[in-house]
Formats: sequence, structure tokens, C-alpha cells
Amino acid sequence: MNLISAAAPLSVPASGAEILLWAGVVMASLGVVLGAVIGIFAKYFRVRSDARVELILELLPGANCGGCGQAGCADFAKSVVEGRNAPSKCPVSSREQKSAIARALGIEEEAGFQRRALVRCGGDLHHSAWLLNYNGVLDCASAALVSGGPKGCSYGCLGMGNCARKCPFGAIEIVDHIALVHPELCVGCGLCIAACPRHCIALVPAAATTHVYCNSPEKGIDKRKNCQVGCIGCRKCERTVPGKFTVEGNLARVNYELAPEELPTDADAVAVKCPTHALLSEQAHFRIEQNEEIR
Amino acid sequence: MMNKSSRSVLTFKGGIAPEGNGKDMSSAIPTRNAPLLERYRVLLQENAGKPPKPVVAKGDKVKKYQLIAAADGFVSANLHAPTSGEVVGIVRVPGPMGLMTEAIEIAADGEDSGDAPFAPLDWSKASPQELLARVADAGLVGMGGASFPTHVKLTIPPGKKVDTLILNGAECEPYLTADHRLLLENGEALLRGALTFGRILGVENISIGVEINKIDAIEYLSRIAADCGVRIVPLEVRYPQGSEKHLIRAIAGREVPSGGLPADAGCVVQNVGTAVALDNAVRLGIPLVERIVTVTGEVVRNPGNWRLRIGTPVIKAIELADGVLCEPGKLILGGPMMGFAQRSFEIPVAKNTSGILLLPPRVSMNYMPTECIRCGRCVQGCPMHLMPCLLATAIEGDRYDLAAQNHVMDCIECGSCAYVCPAHRPLVQHFRRAKAELRSRNRK
Repeated sequence: MNLISAAAPLSVPASGAEILLWAGVVMASLGVVLGAVIGIFAKYFRVRSDARVELILELLPGANCGGCGQAGCADFAKSVVEGRNAPSKCPVSSREQKSAIARALGIEEEAGFQRRALVRCGGDLHHSAWLLNYNGVLDCASAALVSGGPKGCSYGCLGMGNCARKCPFGAIEIVDHIALVHPELCVGCGLCIAACPRHCIALVPAAATTHVYCNSPEKGIDKRKNCQVGCIGCRKCERTVPGKFTVEGNLARVNYELAPEELPTDADAVAVKCPTHALLSEQAHFRIEQNEEIR
Repeated sequence: MMNKSSRSVLTFKGGIAPEGNGKDMSSAIPTRNAPLLERYRVLLQENAGKPPKPVVAKGDKVKKYQLIAAADGFVSANLHAPTSGEVVGIVRVPGPMGLMTEAIEIAADGEDSGDAPFAPLDWSKASPQELLARVADAGLVGMGGASFPTHVKLTIPPGKKVDTLILNGAECEPYLTADHRLLLENGEALLRGALTFGRILGVENISIGVEINKIDAIEYLSRIAADCGVRIVPLEVRYPQGSEKHLIRAIAGREVPSGGLPADAGCVVQNVGTAVALDNAVRLGIPLVERIVTVTGEVVRNPGNWRLRIGTPVIKAIELADGVLCEPGKLILGGPMMGFAQRSFEIPVAKNTSGILLLPPRVSMNYMPTECIRCGRCVQGCPMHLMPCLLATAIEGDRYDLAAQNHVMDCIECGSCAYVCPAHRPLVQHFRRAKAELRSRNRK
């Protein structure tokens, strides 16, 4: 009613001061009414949120990698506050960040340890057999469907970068047709594992610095036809450094279940001196794949 | 257009007509028998489904036609010794899909002796159950390429009714002439086999579809089939005329529903080679141990068809054709459209190996794919009426859900789209990957 009557004087010539006055009155009354409505809504329809979720979200890395199994960092923060997840479940956060989260929530700190992705294959361009001239889609899953891939081994890395494209941290590089994980960039979120059609990527404790770069369960003699650097299951590692390595079938593996301080280190790789160079320290493997060193 | 009189030439919509189909190289030469080799390696995974279990061990003496691996489960097929000799063992050989697979190696003793293991039956008097059991015993599989156990195909799921049997003699793949020679040389066995299939299924309406580039075979078969109730249907020369779904479309005028079986359209389709093998199993009581294989390609010195035993290494078959003229660019098992390129010459011939094709480097050269220009030729060429350009773009962006919505699972991987694509896009490879991915997701 107020508005209609307010409009009426405008039909007759009015002075500038009058128009200004009416405009001011209308806007002020609108403000009062709407403000009251907002106030009522804020009081009675308030969504109760936990301030701690916001706090924890700020402490999380914000990569939304999904490595924890939740739909991104916000979901993970919520699950931690609700007690459904431990802070250590975030594979990306450093130990300091995890303990900061635990402190903020006043919960007990869990002894988790950092994991890293490991490509269990050393058969790069120079060390593996190339059996066919592959000219198809540059995609590991597609290549694996064509005669089992261009490399002779049907268990190793295809080197077409499905894992590298999936990695949100840019930690995987393809060098000479093999995926190479940069340890300083990898946070162990595990997204690359599902991307690999050969299942040759595994998450291993970061404390272990020596690994077996082979994934093929075939017999040593069959492996050697296709790859110069495959594990032949000679058990030298098992004998030289007892307890740290196990040979199952034709493939040596590191006992990653050991306590962090007992895991194999660079010194163990030097001690074993693997005859096929399938067992190498992370550093040596990296230098070889970067062509800084020859096997 | 879809006139059903038997005189007109039937076909389906879509597809392609490959130019210069290379069949002249081998179609006029009668099938030759291959000499006995010293060694045969019979692949265990011959059939689609579960591989059979070996029933012989290293050092065993086997007779020709003796069972060497027994079907493991329903969707599996028996394997029989291609010759008499000694089992060398179970060895690992390169398989047709490129991976190493297991095979039973038999060293021939040179006698090639063995009796027919089954009692001969009269197809017109034996009961359908007896005949169906014989199909399974003789280890019959689809000899056109899919290698699906035949007894499974003949066991109609309950609730479905089959009234039409179609025998596939289309042989739409370029270069291959194995079925052409079979139609000309084993016509009577083929008709008996067709009638036996009809008896097993209880079906009277039997057609044999043959493309009109095999006009001599159509004339010959029409002459001898005049009074036995089997219809010889001339088909247009169009690829993929020999696809199960397209044969049903062309001959019966019915559509197999998406994701369905031919039995859903009331049809069963069998390869002509399988029909001849069935006649051998019923009339003579011998299992499937040999087949006609086309050894051809511009590179082969003396192309032709040979009757090869299962387990013959490909390299021996090429030697039968007097070797090669120059270094081949590609070795393909099967036809050039749907066959698989191989990386080894040691692969043994399997029950479904219809051709050994050696292409010259010029033909098998690699192209660099470029971007899709939306010309729509693949859409015109797709016999399944899909939109390959759209599907490939979706799959390139990892949008498998979009590809599934647009029925990538109905793709029969015939390669028509990739054949006509002016941008040389690897369309079929994308679809194969998407199908594998979607199948593994459905399993989860």
C-alpha cells in the first residue's frame, strides 16, 4: 500500500527533493523488512556445521586425489572429524601435517608411514625385446590388447604413460618407454595403480630404498628371451642378505612387511650385486633410466 | 529392395565394398593335401570359453584321432590328436592373441595310423540327442573365426524358438578362399551337414548364404541341392556380409536385438566348414583334426588352399606355398579386415584359422592418424548403425559412460569404419579398449 501511494505523487510533477525523499524511504523500509527476514532465517533455519571440518580441510593438501578412498579432501576432513577415518589415511600429507591434524582434533596420533609408488619393471627400450612395430593408440590399455603389447614381456611396463597421465602430482615420467617415479614428487596416493593395465605398479614403504624391478612370474629362461634385466630367481639376494628378500617361484620380492628400519637400503643392493640388475637401489635405478649410468 | 525370392541378391544396410579383394590369387586352385610333418603343436585354447584339460602326459603314445584334451565344462571343446606319435609334452608357444599359451606337442611317428573313434551314424535316422552328443564328442567349434563350441550354439536356451538355420558361406573377407573351395569340393558333405544341423535343431528352413563373387559355387550347389530342401541364397558382395547378425538381416530379414543372440531372432548361424566337419563326424565318425586354410597374400610365391592338420606351424604352411617373394610387412591369421596380426611364425594353425595372409610392406604400411573431420563416412559404413566418430572421441577423453550410452558394446569390430576413415583413425582399437574396459567394470 505504501508503495502504491508512494507512486501516486509521482504522476504529478514533483520536485527533485521530493523524489529523493521517497526513494530513500522506500529503500530504507525494504532494507528493514528483508533484514528481518534474513535474521529470522538465520536464527531458525541454521545448518549446524562443524567448524573443525573447515579447520582440517585447511590442514589437508587439497589435491583431491582420492587416494584415501573418499570423494576428495572435504569429504575426508568430514570423515576424520566424525571418526570414520584416521588422519594417517591421507596418503599425501606429510607426517607433520598428519600430527597437526591429530593435535587439532585432540586424538591420538597413529604411527603410519609414508608410501611410494613403485613401477616393478626395468625393461626399458634398451633392455627389452621389441617384437612388433606398434603404431596404434599411445595408450597402455589399447597396446596391451594388440598381441600383448610391443614388448616381449607380457607382465612389464608398456611405457605409454597411462599412469603418468593419471598422476595429479606429475611424479611419473616416461623415459625410454618405461614409467619412472620421481620419489621426491610421489606422495603415494595410488591413483596410478588402477591406471596400469599390467598391474605392475605397487605402493611400497618409502623407507625401503632398494627394490626388485621385475614383475614377471615366468621362468628365468623365458624371461631372458624378452628382457635382459628380468629377475631369474637365482636366490642370490635371499642368500646374501637373509630375511629381507624372498624368492617366490621365479621372482624375488622385498619383504615390505618388515619394520621401517629393517627394510633394505642402498647398502643391501650393493651387497647383493644382483647378476641381472633386477634388484637395484632406487638411486641406481633412477640414474640408469635417466641414462646417466650404464648397467 | 528386400525381396525374399531366392533369385534376387540379398544384402544388409551399411558396410563397405573393399576394392581388389585378392581372391583371384587362390580361388581357382583346387585344395591340396599337406604332407605329414614331424611335429604338431595343438593349442589348448582352441575354443572360445574354457580351455580343455589335457588327458595325455609326456611320453604317451597316441593314435590319430585319439582324445588328447577333454572339454572342461560346457563352454569348452574336445581336442584330438592330428596324427599318431608320441606326446613330447605341454609346451609354451606363441598364441594367436600374441601371448604365450600352452600347447600339446606331438612328435609324429610317420605311420599316421588310427581308427575312427566314433561309430558311424546315419544322420536321417539317428536321434537329435545322439547327433548333438556327437557334435560335442568330435570337438566341433565355429570354423569361421570365433571358434565358439558348436554344441553350445546348438543348445537353444529354454523359452527361445528357432525356425531358421543359416549356413555361412559368404566369405566376405578379402583374400580368403577356403570356404569357396570347400563349397566347390565338399558340396555333398556340406548339404548332409546342413541337414544334420537341421535335424538337431528340428528346423526345416535351411539356407546357405553365398556371395555372388562365388558364382560357380552357387550354380554347383543349386544344382545338387535342388531336391533336398536346402536353399542356396546369393548375397551381394559386401563386407561384413558373413557376420552372423548381417546374414540374419539379409536372409531372414530379421534383426538380432542389441545384446541378444541369434536365437532371439529365431535363427542359428553356422559356418559351412563346421557343417562339413559335422558330416565327417557323423558319417565317418572322425573328430575335427584338419581344416582348409588359405595361404595367400601378394608376398606368397605360390598362393592356394591346403588341407592342414590342427597344430601345423604357420611357417610350415608358408613353406608349402613355396615361401615368400620378399620380406613380408605383416603376417595375419584370418582375413585382412578382422584377422589378427602376429609377431611369430611359430604359431600353430587352430580350428578357426581360415587364412594365413602375408601382406607386402606397401599394403601394411602405417599411417599417422589425424583429427576427426566429421565427414561421416564411418557412420555410413558402420553395419551396426553406430556413430564411430562420436564413440572414438568419447573414448579418447576416457568417457566410457558416453561410449556405453551410444552402444559401443554392439560394435562387432568389423573394421569398416577404420577402412573408410580418411583421417586413418584407429577407431576399432578404441572400441576394443572401451569394450574390454566396460566388460571389466560390469564384472566388478
